[in-house]
Amino acid sequence: MDIISEIERERMNELLQAGKRIDGRGFDDLRPIKIVPNIVSKAEGSAEAWLGETRVITGMKVSIGQPFPDTPNEGVVVTSAELSPIGSPSFELGPPGEQAIELARVVDRGIRHSNFIQRTKLCIAEGTHVYLLFLDIYILADHGNLIDASHLSAVATLMTSQLPKVEVDEEGNATILEEFMPLEMEAPPIALTFAKINDSIVVDPISTEELVMSTRLSITIDGDDTICSMQKSGSGTLTRQEILDCVERACQIVKKARSVLPKR
Amino acid sequence: MTDSLEKEKLFDEKGLRLDGRRVDELRPLKLEIGTLSRADGSAYIEHGRNKILAAVYGPRELHPRHRAIADRALLRVTYRMGTFSVGERKRPAPSRREHEISMVIRQALEPMLFLEMYPRAAIDVFIQVVEADGGSRCASTTVASIALANAGIPMRSIVTGVAVGKADGQLVVDLSDLEDKIGDADVPVAMAYGRNEYTLLQMDGKLSKEELAKALEMVEGAIETIYEKQQQVLREGFIQIREEISESEEPSSDEGDVPDTEIDETDMESADGD
Repeated sequence: MDIISEIERERMNELLQAGKRIDGRGFDDLRPIKIVPNIVSKAEGSAEAWLGETRVITGMKVSIGQPFPDTPNEGVVVTSAELSPIGSPSFELGPPGEQAIELARVVDRGIRHSNFIQRTKLCIAEGTHVYLLFLDIYILADHGNLIDASHLSAVATLMTSQLPKVEVDEEGNATILEEFMPLEMEAPPIALTFAKINDSIVVDPISTEELVMSTRLSITIDGDDTICSMQKSGSGTLTRQEILDCVERACQIVKKARSVLPKR
Repeated sequence: MTDSLEKEKLFDEKGLRLDGRRVDELRPLKLEIGTLSRADGSAYIEHGRNKILAAVYGPRELHPRHRAIADRALLRVTYRMGTFSVGERKRPAPSRREHEISMVIRQALEPMLFLEMYPRAAIDVFIQVVEADGGSRCASTTVASIALANAGIPMRSIVTGVAVGKADGQLVVDLSDLEDKIGDADVPVAMAYGRNEYTLLQMDGKLSKEELAKALEMVEGAIETIYEKQQQVLREGFIQIREEISESEEPSSDEGDVPDTEIDETDMESADGD
C-alpha cells in the first residue's frame, strides 16, 4: 500500500487552500497528453497513451463469432485491464482485482454508451456472424488517473484500428480476407476524472493527490457534448452542486482534450 | 439501450408508465428488519420485484489477520445474485459486475460509518439477491444500511438508494427492469439524505447536463420517501423490543389464571425479536 507523509499531505492541503496544486497545475488543467498510435503491428488496433507520466498501452484483437442471443445484429466489444507489477510497486500478480475490474468496466461503459461505435456496424450476418473486439489495456506506469489515460488509449486504439473483411458463403462459413477496412465511427467520447480533496475538486489527479482524495468522480463526455457515463468512487461524498459543477467543468475541459486525439 | 428496441413505447396514451406509475412514482416498497436469525443484524427489501436479503456481522475479529487496519475497521461488502434471480440462469461464480457492485455499495455505506471506533476489526455485509428487477444495487444499498442499523452499528446517517434515468424520452424515477434495459439513461444514486450527500453515483446512457440537473432534483424526492420508510421500520423495531421487554417484566399476578400456553407464546415472541 502506498503511503504519503504527513508533511506532504499538509503541504498539499495548504496549496489547495490557496488555489494551487502540488505539481503547479491549475484545478482544471490536464497533464500533457501524448498518443502514439499503431505500436503493435500484429494487433488490429493499438495505441499508447501518456497522460503526464502515466503511461498505458491498449491493443485490440479481432475475431469472428456469434452475437449474444438478445442482440443478434450487434457485434461485441470486450474490455479488460491488466494491472501488472511493471506498472507500479503496489500492483500484484494474480487475477484482476477490484481496481482492475472497475477500471475496465468504467472505460467500457464510457465507450459503450456513447455514439462513438455503433455495435450494429460490427454485424456481418445477423444472428450468426459478428465482429468480436477485444480491447486489452495494460498499465505501464501509474502516476495517477488510470481511468482517463486508459480511456484515451482505448479510444485512440479504436480510431486507428483496421477490421479484416469477412465473407460469409451460403452455407454460413466465414472466411477472413486479407483486406482491411477502418471502423465506422462518430466523434469520440472523452473521460475526465475529478478528485475531491477536502473541499477542493481538481481534474486529472496525480498519484499523490489520489492518496489524499476522499472521492473520485469520472465523467465521460460524448462527441455531441452529452454525458454518457459517470462513476463516483472512493469513501467520500459529493453534494448535488458539486456533481453539477464537475459536469460543467468537464464540458469546458473536454474541448482541450479532444484536440490532441489522432485525426482520422 | 439497443437500436432494435429503441422505438418500443414505455408510456401509455395517458402518459403513465407501462406499470401504471407516474414519472416520479416509486414501485411498491416493503422493508423488514431482523429477518435472518443468525446474523448480528439483518434486513429484507422488496422493491418492485427485487427481493434482497442483507446480513451484517461485526464488528468482529478480522480474518485473514494480515488485512487488519491499525487505526480502523475494515468494511467488507459482498453483493451476490442467486443463480435463479434473473431470466437466464446466472453462473454461480461471482461476475465482474458483482465485484464492481460490491465495491460501489461498500463505498456508498463507508462514509457514514465510524470505522475508526473499531481498529483492526471487521464489519461484514453480505447481500443476497433472491430475485432481481431493475435497480438492484440501489435496493441493496437501502437494505444493507438498515441491516447495519439493526446490528447496532453507529452511523452518521442511514443511506438510501434509488435510480433515476430517462426512458422513451422522459426523465423517470426508480426505473423498472425494462426501462433500465431499453431506456436512454440509467443513473443509480445513493444518498445520506439528511446530510445532502451523495455516496453512490453512476451513470450510463445519454443525458444532457440540464437533464442531469433535473434528474438529480427528482431523485432526491424519491430518496426522501424511501428514507422515511427506513426510519419508520427501524423505529417500529425499537418499539417492538420495548413492548416485549415490558411484557416480559410485567407481573402476571393481576391475571392470576393465565394459562401456561399463553406465557409460552410471549416467551417465544421475545426470542424472535432478538
